[in-house]
Amino acid sequence: MIKFSKQQLKIPKLQRPVYLVTAGQSKFDRAFPDKRTEELCIDSFTMAAGLLDISPAELKKYIHTCYYGHFADHFGDQLLGESVIHDRLGLDPLGNVGVKTGGATGGSTMWEGMKAVASGYSDCVLVMGWERMDEVPTDEGNFLISCAADKDWESPLGHIYTGYYAVMAQRYWQIFGKSEDSFRRTLAEIAVKHHGYARFNPFAQAPMKITVDDVLNSPVVAYPLRALDCCLMSVGAACSILCDEDTADQLTKNSKNKPLRIWVSAGSHTLRPADRLDMDIPLLPNETPDQYKDLGERFPGGDRYPGFTGFLAARMAALYGYGMAGITDPTEDLDVVELHDAFTISDVQTYEDIGIRPYGYGREYVESGDCYHTNPNTGEPGKLPSNLSGGLIGCMHSVGATGIMQTYEIATHIWNRWDEIHGDDKLWKQYNREKPSDWTSLQVKDAKRGMAISHAGVGSHVTATILMDPDHLINKDD
Amino acid sequence: MSMFGQVYVKDNKYKLKGEFHHLTPNTPIRDADDNWKLLGVTNPRDMTFIHSYGGEAIFFESLSQGKLMATRCDQDGCDSKGTIYIPFRTHCPDCLGKNSVIDLTDIAKTTAKVHTFMVCERSGAFNVLEKPIKFINIEFDGVATILMSYLSLGEPEFNMEVVPIFKTTGPTFTILDLSWVPKGTSESQLPEGFTF
Ligand SMILES: [Zn+2]
Repeated sequence: MIKFSKQQLKIPKLQRPVYLVTAGQSKFDRAFPDKRTEELCIDSFTMAAGLLDISPAELKKYIHTCYYGHFADHFGDQLLGESVIHDRLGLDPLGNVGVKTGGATGGSTMWEGMKAVASGYSDCVLVMGWERMDEVPTDEGNFLISCAADKDWESPLGHIYTGYYAVMAQRYWQIFGKSEDSFRRTLAEIAVKHHGYARFNPFAQAPMKITVDDVLNSPVVAYPLRALDCCLMSVGAACSILCDEDTADQLTKNSKNKPLRIWVSAGSHTLRPADRLDMDIPLLPNETPDQYKDLGERFPGGDRYPGFTGFLAARMAALYGYGMAGITDPTEDLDVVELHDAFTISDVQTYEDIGIRPYGYGREYVESGDCYHTNPNTGEPGKLPSNLSGGLIGCMHSVGATGIMQTYEIATHIWNRWDEIHGDDKLWKQYNREKPSDWTSLQVKDAKRGMAISHAGVGSHVTATILMDPDHLINKDD
Repeated sequence: MSMFGQVYVKDNKYKLKGEFHHLTPNTPIRDADDNWKLLGVTNPRDMTFIHSYGGEAIFFESLSQGKLMATRCDQDGCDSKGTIYIPFRTHCPDCLGKNSVIDLTDIAKTTAKVHTFMVCERSGAFNVLEKPIKFINIEFDGVATILMSYLSLGEPEFNMEVVPIFKTTGPTFTILDLSWVPKGTSESQLPEGFTF
């Protein structure tokens, strides 16, 4: 049984408030045979400057340090790829550092950037992430991804990361999903939702108008997961600019972007699921110790925590993040979220880890309609819409960029600029994508607070990035 | 035919024989939709790495001898004293003292059960296991961890009782030398090279 010390559970305290003033991203696609990675990075940076109504050169003058998220050096066959990008962005001689935490790389890069501003080291930082996953065929790509597992104890087993992950999905499926057809359909609804929302996102790689049956008839990858339950393999870049209050005010002087308060937290867990040890469930503010006493009776086999069914890293990121930002109930306190839907089933597991629903009841978030932009059961706005970008299933999973893309998406809602950006005919044309004739606004009305969850592999790293309109903070004074 | 790269150690130095990489030419990538203009180039790469198992070497050596080894913290005063780990941990994750190596073969033969599993239709490049791969995660009585491996016979299900088998003939000295079959399987049914 693992126990955590008081010191380890300390709620992080920033030395000063940190603001996100702008963000940008490139087009996302499976391959870019005609673009170098730095071209995509420059695209995203240029967009970030454009949203502030200033030139890239002007924006660069404010930047003091740079944080680069790029997970898989071996995909691009280029060590120090971060230095290549830094040089091509013309940001010498500023200090820069590369960050890599698997699928959570984007979120972890935000985490590092936030700390640089919060500590006073920098007044303005660039946080940028990208991934280049098109330089090898898919088979070799799967091999390279499997190198993120333990190379002696796991990777030789098929060199297929999905397999190491899916055993956890199987356990959740049978214990908490009770292998029910109705649960399988709920999972499929998530894929329908995310591919569907991607149709209204010009950046997104996999827009699809599909049905639950299409998902259930797609090829099995690892039962019960099917092809349409899985995230994409992508190329693309995303960035954001974090500042102290003075710099934020200067940079947003002439812009529709309002500086947004930002907090980022992180948790971790064993790289090999095999090593997970038993512990008590660390409780979030909207949970009580009693509510999980009989979890093993309600869900036979579900008494082991985190076992193979919970993501402790996500729980810890939420615990630290909610503490910093004053969140007591994410469904009540937040207006929009982007979650790390690597697989439909891990999306459900995450609802529970971050307290949107209690352990065992994640599916209810989908079945209630709360997770939709417009609740299909009531026709009213969803209580906490998730993954309006299309997420990793519909939009992209360009690993180092993913957590930053999610943050960008949340920010566009709080800036009330979602329509302007996602509905821009010029952008659709520039990306050589057809804007659907039934294009629909997914702007969350009056969004003031949001969160993005960035998650690595089998749950080794998870970050929570929380954004709030500074006039709608929960903790007035921190 | 050139010889695959091989390594041994003498006087604490790696001694290398054979070829550790193969030369393959670069070839251009051209755009069929735009006058076959140059877009890029292939970069072939095929290398052999030299990897030390360090303190875990005994585990991989033991598999080839039909034994499943684990480790245990025996440090007085450690909150985790007595905790058994497999996969191996050379050091206790709690006190960081050096763990004792123990033989888990009998416990595995009598108490191993499938905690969870996955039948996987896909694999990555360089996979040598037969598809579909039946991943199983195995729990043992008195062991804190849940080992990942693969089932060679039968269809996996929760709580299925399984026994370890070992590639004692022609071992690869990797984790693939350990596999599992349902309890009650006879020796004649085992895959080639494997014994109980
Ligand atoms: Zn110890």
